[in-house]
Amino acid sequence: MYTQSFSVADSEAKPGLKSVAPPPGAEEAALQTHFDAVIDADGKIEPRDWMPEAYRKTLVRQISQHAHSEIVGMLPEGNWISRAPSLKRKAILIAKVQDEGGHGLYLYSAAETLGTSRDQMLDALHAGRAKYSSIFNYPTLNWADVGVIGWLVDGAAIMNQIPLCRCSYGPYARAMIRVCKEESFHQRQGYEALLVMMQGTAEQKAMVQDAVNRYWWKCLAMFGPPDADSPNSVQGMRWGIKRISNDDLRQKFIDATVPQAEVLGVTLPDPDLKWNEARGHYDYGAIDWDEFWATVNGHGPMNKERLATRVKAHEQGAWVREAALAHAAKQQQRQQKEAA
Amino acid sequence: MNNATPALKEWPLWEVFVRSKQGLEHKHCGSLHASDARHALQMARDVYTRRQEGVSIWVVPSTAITASEPDSKDSFFDPAADKVYRHPTFYEIPDKVGHM
Repeated sequence: MYTQSFSVADSEAKPGLKSVAPPPGAEEAALQTHFDAVIDADGKIEPRDWMPEAYRKTLVRQISQHAHSEIVGMLPEGNWISRAPSLKRKAILIAKVQDEGGHGLYLYSAAETLGTSRDQMLDALHAGRAKYSSIFNYPTLNWADVGVIGWLVDGAAIMNQIPLCRCSYGPYARAMIRVCKEESFHQRQGYEALLVMMQGTAEQKAMVQDAVNRYWWKCLAMFGPPDADSPNSVQGMRWGIKRISNDDLRQKFIDATVPQAEVLGVTLPDPDLKWNEARGHYDYGAIDWDEFWATVNGHGPMNKERLATRVKAHEQGAWVREAALAHAAKQQQRQQKEAA
Repeated sequence: MNNATPALKEWPLWEVFVRSKQGLEHKHCGSLHASDARHALQMARDVYTRRQEGVSIWVVPSTAITASEPDSKDSFFDPAADKVYRHPTFYEIPDKVGHM
């Protein structure tokens, strides 16, 4: 699962980001020239290479937001593990949610290579300073929502994440390759769960349609604001962090999804959605960006609850983290005593 | 500055190397936090081998790794650059000798 494709500003600059004092003018210019040449040649930047401070900050923000999204993304689906309709669906959902946790861990590790600590990132999330994907600030009201999250939310995520496998920052690109390999299962299991429901009762079919209606527009917004309103995209493209624009990714997603909806037997809630022969793409209606920004800025239906659940889980896990350290220290002491 | 940080220390960082199958080398695949080596192995199994990606795992404390300096990339590896005679293509062998 993935954050919105753009990286919105966190509420406050990240504290304690280890930054090396910039070298004097001429030397820095030479380093910058070398960095630019690597980027222009579509090369990779690795953790200990020199990089402009703005590149480092952008990556820390984007990768940590991405990691937070994976972790918070476990919550809406996790709610359904105990209510899954069969043991098979329960096992699948547990595996998927575990994957999301794993994706969060790959990404936190990638961000840590940039000189920020895990605790700093978690503090920023728990204090409400860091953003995560707004899609998780909507509720999962029924079982069909779980299927729709797999099909549409993970489907949008895949569109977003595939270009990131070619990101100029090595550790991020490698983490994304790993994530993408696992993501296809997420989308297929969701779509298949919906196919089964669509063979069920009229009520079950209506549940699927209702979930699609509620999630469709939110998924389109996941790709971020239109290119014209996305000034950071240009810099991201220049740095090889972003490869495809928000609008192009959104169009690819719509073009891929419409035929899938037809096979499934649901409609997409957009009266303006129709094939444009001249463009070779589907046209679509206007996205409600005010609603999107309100949610990004903390006023979505579930923002408070998601964050509170996350903080509670972290606080209630503190004794486990402490006990593990105490156990490790005791084992070490015992070994030293035996060796003496 | 970062006064929200609790007194609790972070678990140490470990680098994870996975052998994907018998006969291949262990390859670096990422890192994770764990309280000790045994814990790191269990975490590595859960984080990096959920789909049978490995038959063997190494975990190494990240602090135990010494790395070459990226800044000295040129000078450090330079001695190898001008020794073209270390490559087989440096030598011209008559065609009639065939594959060598």
